[in-house]
Amino acid sequence: MSMRNLSIATGVLALAIAAAAPVLAEAPRLGKPISPSDLAEWDINILPDGTNLPPGSGKAADGAKIFAEKCSLCHGDSGKGGRAARLVGGPPKASLDGGKTIANYWPYATTLFDFIRRAMPFTQPRSLSDQEVYALCAYLLAENKLIGENDEINAATLPKVRMPNRDNFVIQFPDRI
Amino acid sequence: MRKSKQNGSSIQSVAGNGLLDRRALLGRGVMMAGAMGAGAAGALTGAAAEPLTEAPWSLEPGDVTEPYQRPSRFEKGVVRTVDNPKNEPSGSRARTPHHLLKGIITPNGLHFTIMHAGIPDIDPAQHKLLVHGMVKQPLLFDLDALSRYRMVTRIGFLECGGNSAPLFSNQPIQADVQALHGLASCAQWTGVPLSALLDEAGVDPKAKWIIAEGADAPHLSRSVPLAKVMDDAMVAMYQNGERIQPGQGYPMRLYLPGYEGNMNVKFLRRIQVTDQPGMTYFESRIYTDPLPDGKDTQFYFVQEVKSFISSPSPGVGLREPGVYEISGVAYSGNGRIAKVLVSADGGGSWGEAALDEPRLPKAFTRFSMAWRWDGGPAILQSRAWDEGGNAQPTREQFVAKRGQTSKPPSVLGFPGHHFNAVTSWAINPKGEVRNVYA
Repeated sequence: MSMRNLSIATGVLALAIAAAAPVLAEAPRLGKPISPSDLAEWDINILPDGTNLPPGSGKAADGAKIFAEKCSLCHGDSGKGGRAARLVGGPPKASLDGGKTIANYWPYATTLFDFIRRAMPFTQPRSLSDQEVYALCAYLLAENKLIGENDEINAATLPKVRMPNRDNFVIQFPDRI
Repeated sequence: MRKSKQNGSSIQSVAGNGLLDRRALLGRGVMMAGAMGAGAAGALTGAAAEPLTEAPWSLEPGDVTEPYQRPSRFEKGVVRTVDNPKNEPSGSRARTPHHLLKGIITPNGLHFTIMHAGIPDIDPAQHKLLVHGMVKQPLLFDLDALSRYRMVTRIGFLECGGNSAPLFSNQPIQADVQALHGLASCAQWTGVPLSALLDEAGVDPKAKWIIAEGADAPHLSRSVPLAKVMDDAMVAMYQNGERIQPGQGYPMRLYLPGYEGNMNVKFLRRIQVTDQPGMTYFESRIYTDPLPDGKDTQFYFVQEVKSFISSPSPGVGLREPGVYEISGVAYSGNGRIAKVLVSADGGGSWGEAALDEPRLPKAFTRFSMAWRWDGGPAILQSRAWDEGGNAQPTREQFVAKRGQTSKPPSVLGFPGHHFNAVTSWAINPKGEVRNVYA
């Protein structure tokens, strides 16, 4: 390829890039690349299909002990409610008078793992091990009669827990998604 | 329209029970309207003014000029109401005093906020924003880096999805406009378009959502459709010209013009690009509501067209018959406000309010209406339309669709979300204002 042709080709290429990504052409591009292993500590979103659930497992009996020690102060004995929300029991159906519960309302069991691990206990978030979080999920699901007393909760079983209210939600603005 | 019959004035009545053409508050009009009030109840013809004297503050040098100035000590009542002053281990909310403010910009110290576990004390030099997930290259940005990017500025409202929740009550709760509507504010936001950072990381064509996460103790997370993000989402770092304050998400927050407040994640530290929503705690349990037909709402996103009158309002009554300005704010998460109608007779008749400039999309628009109160009972209402033709619903229309409680909840409770129906203020002959359903 002659120099002239090369410069034309380069020019065409530059034009094509500019047309495809006009914003990038003048962006400072100061984001620092980071590897998956270096961002792992923050990579805590659990998706409803179970994506990103970590290794480990737990059962209700183990979860009961952790709950009594680290959760019942706010959520009451056996999750009957206290300063913080009731987690076990409640009305069969939520209304504008209240009563949204794990059993009658939450659409996905994966939300339990995600939220407990990121936000609980209130005064010490991120202090629970993945094993403890699985055990607490098992305890709350069993107490709400959504799984059996001895069922093991792990990355494979948690997304499969059938939440009764899952198909009852109406997306308000489907055209926005 | 009909001409006012009193005193042969040329000021036109535009709707029942004393609503006047806007010229009544301008120039010559106000004098004529004032004269009418005087004729009716002597409002402007009281005893003559006292002779003028020098005040003490005019007779000696004043106070020191401070580096960061504060309002007059006489304005100490112009503050937010806070519901968790001792920082008990639960959430805290601070509400904007709309009845004490004018214009469309909420001062930073009076902007509403909701915290779910206190305000983190973030060192900006150590704060990082991670962009990862379905991207070609995960990237980390710090504040210095973001400060080099092209920034955009827009004036826009922010409203908690639970603002006005007490109006879901089956009976009107007696509370002021701060308690009822104080979880909405409006500011000028400046920051980097999130689309620029996502473009730099290279978004996978199969991606449809992002999950945004904060650096506060709950690591609050919300899912946002990628379409909204690429449209007008901002990593906001400045509010009304200064750095965002800690209660607003220092050093950076997500700003999603017109979308539910909770999605505007404060202390923004992470954006994960995904092909599905996270179904996070706040989007599956909290900002969802049971409907009268037994279904439940989900992904409501938009704060729809709404307005309320801030003056007069409960606690801001009328001292005597005469001419007043009815004033309030209107806004829509769908665009500009096109029209606001005001009624003084509980919706029996309506007059078109004047809209102050600027009228910006997804921002507060201040409206006003001249009104001659004759001392009799009145019910004031405002109703807004946005440029998309969306009408603010009447309470009856709203309740038919969204329902109401079966018994009055706490004024601090959140029985439902996204309440945007008409608010009604009843005025009795003493000039006192009450929240009513009309």
